[in-house]
This record gives sequence, C-alpha cells and structure tokens, in this order.
Amino acid sequence: MSCCVPPAAFVESLAGGPNRGPSDNEVRLASRALGDGLRQSEFSVPSIHCGACIRTIETALDSMPGIVSSRVNLSGKRVTVRWRDGESPPPMVHRMVELGYEPNIFSLEQAGRDSSFTGLVRALAVAAFCSMNIMMFSGSVWAGADGPTRDLLHWICAALTLPALLYSGRVFYQSAWGALRSGRTNMDVPVTIGIVMAFTLSVYDTGVSGEQVYFDAVASLIFFLLIGRTLDHAMRERARNAVKGLARLAPTGALVIDEVHGPAFMPLAEIAPGSMIAVAIGERIPLDGEVVTGLSALDKSLLTGESLAEPVGPGQPVPAGALNVSGALTIRSTADETGSTLSRLVTLLEDAEAGRNRYRRISDRAAAWYSPVVHLAAAMAFLGWMIANGDLHNAATIAIAVLIITCPCALGLAVPMVQVMAARRLFEAGIMVRDGAALERLAEIDTVIFDKTGTLTTGLAAPIASSGSVEALTMAASLAARSRHPYSLAIARSFRSAPDVAWTDVEEKPGLGIEARYKGHLYRLGRASWSSPAEAGDASTVFSRDGVSLAAFTFADQFRPHAAESVKTLLDEKLRVEILSGDRAALVEGIGAKLGIAGRGSLLPEDKFHRIEELEAAGHRVLMVGDGLNDTPAMARAHASMAPGSAIDIGRNAADLVFMKNDLNAIPMAIAIARDANKLVRQNLALALLYNAVALPVAIAGFVNPFLAAIAMSASSVVVVANALRLGWRPLVRNEAVSDLQDQTA
Amino acid sequence: MTDFFYLIPISIILGLLGLLVFLWTLRNGQYDDLDGASERLLYEDDRPRNDARP
Repeated sequence: MSCCVPPAAFVESLAGGPNRGPSDNEVRLASRALGDGLRQSEFSVPSIHCGACIRTIETALDSMPGIVSSRVNLSGKRVTVRWRDGESPPPMVHRMVELGYEPNIFSLEQAGRDSSFTGLVRALAVAAFCSMNIMMFSGSVWAGADGPTRDLLHWICAALTLPALLYSGRVFYQSAWGALRSGRTNMDVPVTIGIVMAFTLSVYDTGVSGEQVYFDAVASLIFFLLIGRTLDHAMRERARNAVKGLARLAPTGALVIDEVHGPAFMPLAEIAPGSMIAVAIGERIPLDGEVVTGLSALDKSLLTGESLAEPVGPGQPVPAGALNVSGALTIRSTADETGSTLSRLVTLLEDAEAGRNRYRRISDRAAAWYSPVVHLAAAMAFLGWMIANGDLHNAATIAIAVLIITCPCALGLAVPMVQVMAARRLFEAGIMVRDGAALERLAEIDTVIFDKTGTLTTGLAAPIASSGSVEALTMAASLAARSRHPYSLAIARSFRSAPDVAWTDVEEKPGLGIEARYKGHLYRLGRASWSSPAEAGDASTVFSRDGVSLAAFTFADQFRPHAAESVKTLLDEKLRVEILSGDRAALVEGIGAKLGIAGRGSLLPEDKFHRIEELEAAGHRVLMVGDGLNDTPAMARAHASMAPGSAIDIGRNAADLVFMKNDLNAIPMAIAIARDANKLVRQNLALALLYNAVALPVAIAGFVNPFLAAIAMSASSVVVVANALRLGWRPLVRNEAVSDLQDQTA
Repeated sequence: MTDFFYLIPISIILGLLGLLVFLWTLRNGQYDDLDGASERLLYEDDRPRNDARP
C-alpha cells in the first residue's frame, strides 16, 4: 500500500475552512459515557489508509491534554478516542482536520451491525467444533464399530449436535420463521425442517440401537450453510444511509438579522421566507434566497457539479447548500426549510432508496422455486414408500435423506463464495463494493451514465500558467496560499515552493482577488481587469506588481486518467454511454464530442433523476457514475452506481461501488469482474442443480446412507468453492495503452 | 477398550478448549483490525500502549 504524504496545512482549508467536521456539541452527543468522567467517541475517518496514518493520528491525539487514549482501526478506517469529560470535548476533531484526516461521527447504530457479524462468527465456530468432533466419532462408526460401542458413539454425537442445533442453527430458524410468517418460503425452510427432523429421527434411532444416524449430516449442514451466510455477511458493509448524511449537510440554523429584535441564531424550521440572513465566509447558504448586500463567490459544486466558483452580487439568487467562499453576504430567504433545494434533494433521494430495496438477489430467486421442489420431492418420497411397503420408519428415513441430500449447501455457498472472490479482486484494483447484490446488479447493466465534473474530469480546476517566470509563479503561489478562493488554492497547490514570501497588508477583495505588499510594491493576484488593468489579455487570472503583469493563468478542468480509453472500452462492450451534467450545455456537448458520446448539460438533479427513470422505464439497466450531491438521487435511482473516492460522503454512501484510484479504467474493470462473477455464479448454480439432479433419484430410491450423504454434501460444496476460486486465477486484464485523448484538457 | 473412556473426554475437552480460546480472541477484539495489526508491527514500540478498545 502506498504511503500518505502529509498534506500541507493550507490545503485543508480547500473544502470549506477550519470548521469542518462535527462540532463539539455533536461530538459530545454522539459519545458514550464510560464512567469515572471518561467518555468515548468513535469517528469514521475515510482518509486513513496506511500504517503511517495510524501513527500520525495516535501520536497527535495521545499528546493532547484531556485525551486518555486513542486507537485507530485501519480495516474499518475508524478512530476510537477516550477523553476526560471537561467543559468541552478536547479539540480532537480540529486536530484531525489539521492533520488532513477529516473525521465523521461514527454513530452507535452503525456500530450495531458489526455485532451481528460477530454473532455469526461465533455461531460458525461452535458449528465447526461440533461438526468436526462428530465427524471423528462418525468415522469410527463407519469404520465398523458396532454393538454397545456404536450406541455410545451415537449418544456422544447426539450430545455434540445439540450446541450446533440449538445455538448455531438459530440463524436459519429465525430466517425461516420470518419467511413463513409473511407467507413466503425461502431456502431456510427446507433446511430447518431437514435438520430438525433428521435430528429427531436420529435420536429415536440411537435409542433403539439403530444403525444409521444423521448427526454428522445435521452438524456439517449447519456448518457449511453458516460459512455461506458468514461470507455473504462479510461482504456487506455497515448500513449506509445517504439520506441521513444529506440532512446533516444542511446547516441546522442561521443568523437572522431582525430589525426589531436584533440578530438571533434561529433553527431553520422557524425561519419564514423573507427573513434577512447573514452568511459568513466559509458557511453554507442555509436557505434558498437572493443576495441583498455583499459580493462573493459561491462554490455550488455540491449542488450542480460546477467546479468553478461563481461570483454573486446583490439581486442574484443563491441556492441552499452552496458554499460562500470569499465575502460575507446578507441574503433574503425566498423559501422556508421544506421548500429549499437541499430538502427537495432529500425527498428525491428517499424515494430512490426505497425503490432500490426492491431488488431480489439471484439466490433468493433461485430459492423461490427450489424450496417448493425440495419439499414436494421429500413429501412424494415419503408417500411413495408408505404406499410401497407401509413402513413408517423406513419412509421417514428416506424422506429425511431426500431433505438432507438436496439441502442447498452448494447453493448456499455458490453465490457468496464467488462474490467474496470478486470483491477481493475489486479491492485489489482499488474498488470497494457495497454488497453482493451490488455486484449482481452491476453485471446486468446495459447503459452507463457519467457525470462530468469530478467524475469524467478531476473536478479540480487546474491552473495553466500562460506566462510568467518561475520566480513570479512561486510568488503568486505564496500569495495565493493566503486566500481561500478555489482558484487561489489551485494555484497554491500547483506552483507551491519554498521559501515563503513575507507579505504585508494582505487583503482579500471579494469578487476581485487578493492583494498584498512586499518590499514597497503592491502585488495583486486576481481578475485580469483588476490586477493589471492596462494590459487586457485573455487570461482569466493575472498576477501583477504595481499593475504590471508578472504571470497569467487560465483554468481548465482535466479529464481523469484513461477517461477516453475507458469510454471506448465501454462502447466496445456494446454499452450505451451518456453524460448528464449540471454544467453548461455547450461545455458538456464539447466533452461528449471528444469522447464520442452524447452529452447533456444544464441539468438539475431532478432532471438527471428523471432521465434515469425514463431509461429504466424503457427497459434499460443503468449504471450511474457520479460524485456530487446533484448526482446522488440519480445514483440511488439507477440500477447500479459508482462513485470516485473523491466524491462527497453522501455520494459515496449512495454508490454501490467506490473506486479509490483516480483512474477511470476502474469502471470497465468493475463491470468486467462483475460479469465474470455473474457467469461463475450461474455456473455454480448449475453445478449445484446438476448434483441435485443426480442425488435426488438415488435418495428417493432409498440408497443413501449417512456416509454417502456426508461425502456427497462435502463434494458438491468443494466443487462449488473450487469453481468460485477460478475467479482469482486469471490475472487482472489491464490495458496500459495510453490513448491519444487521455489527459487532454476539457 | 477402556482407553476409550478417557480418550474421548480428553479429545472433546481439547477441542472445547480450542473453541473457547477462539471465542475469547473474538470477544477480545483481536480480529477487529487485521490490516492495522500487520502495519502496527512496523511502527509500534515493544511496550504496550494504553489502548482504547471499543
């Protein structure tokens, strides 16, 4: 794993100033009291990625007063901090933001899901213990133990089956009961009936010194099925709820300037349309409104995907959720909380997420017709043998053998095993999968829709110096580092180098740029007409000394690496590819033309959502690749969705897959792996069915004994697992050829 | 034949011991951060830290 470069302090201010991360109040609310005046907080810190990160965070936090201890969990990208309860929590959030690790509150309900996984592992361990010990004793029976020795061994097996039956098996009974209660049937119903009946009959047979008992089958069935269940569960990440994240993004209140009562901080719900609201630099616009006084630039990237900050002045409308970048504003609200842009997005997203949950997994679909067939076969075998020779015990033994031998061990392993392998391969390629269902859905898509800003392109405005010496560029970068305007930050990032210049009288002029003095000269960095009025060029930003241009910059968004190439691969795969963007239509169409695909611009989040709905209604299965808030409803609505790791939290939460590397090749690769996995899943299901087709007649005919059942069951599971492992054999196919279009500026 | 009567309990008890140790490590959180454990090896001092376990 590559190591992290500690980010310079100023870069953190990029996305919104020093007040990022949860506030002290939120931290206290989400923390847990441990007694003795100690509290424990859990943070989710997505940017943790290597051993050095662990060390950096733990060393920094442990040295803070008030913090008792801290521990980083690398696998879960979490930080657990214990702190002494004082007047306010120690500024740990601030410290982590400073270090470049932005924390989110990790709530306890999210943590709750992990415990159910631990429970599953515990059940699995018990089942493993029981089944292996039973196998040891069954081996002796098979080897020819008889008489009282056999009976003794059978009784020991019965006792060893009990923990597996009562403790580990609960998972299946609960699931089966849940299905039956709602009038459905699932794979767990025949499993439950099979193991309970097999155990009962075996206990009876042991009591009457019978020869054949199925304790080994009962225990190993539970064991094998639990492996499948655990693998499936391991794939599932913590429940992620994009809606909640979105709601948290909106400010909870705003500073209302009231002529009668003076300024007051009021909750959003109580602010009526027409109120005057003050919005400081670095704050988000709380409600839709229009500017009354003040000049500033708004970063609307969250809402529209537009990467470049937009200047605003009196009279212009401002949407809720936009970030106020460069100057204080007073706005008059035009909508209340429910009518605001953000809350419309929340509603849209809730609808979309509700729709997503209706997808039925392939294993459920298989179970829907498989379990009635199994029940029917067992019932028929029982009836048939009753009619044939009227021996109740014989008929019951055969019916149970049918249930056991057809038990979906292989089916239960067929799907999760492949998906775990696929997830591992994707992980190696830097792609995280949300769960197995996401892989199944991804394999089915026939249309890929890209967002432009931040997805096809990097979303960071990259400055291109059109003129200027190295010294001038360095000076410009040093001045730019003192501003929070996205352009300045981009310049500071691109041309940063020591030594820093000792600027004096630094002043940021909203809407114009930043100016400062050094050795008696006035330096300006900003809009060309303000920085060097005399020489009007076509550069958007000019760095000048006393009005004389020293360096000029233009800004352009850049394609992500391999954008053109991956679009081409997708087109070659006969997929339909489109761009839907909130950016200017002409720009989007231009980019579309470069990549050879259709592009639509100037779309609102609702428009994207409806376009996807339209495509899905026409029978297409859409993969939406996006990163911003404006894509989120569309991503949740689409059949499958992907987001780059640089996407906002909510975007990542709404996405089925997140690709961590900058490279767009991740998309065709993910689709290819998902399709491979899908093919293997189908093969596995076919193998499992084939096994049943062979085993079922043998079982019905009454030729199955416990030894044969154990061999058949294990063999089918091994075949299915081995087939799943084939996914790991082939090396990752990666086309390293660099296309001509790559890295061309948009 | 009589060997049976103490060999069986011994084998079961040994197995049970293994199971209990596994359950203890699980409860102890030793599988919580497998990636972290492999990285910490490179960075941590030999003396134990004052850990905050969830």
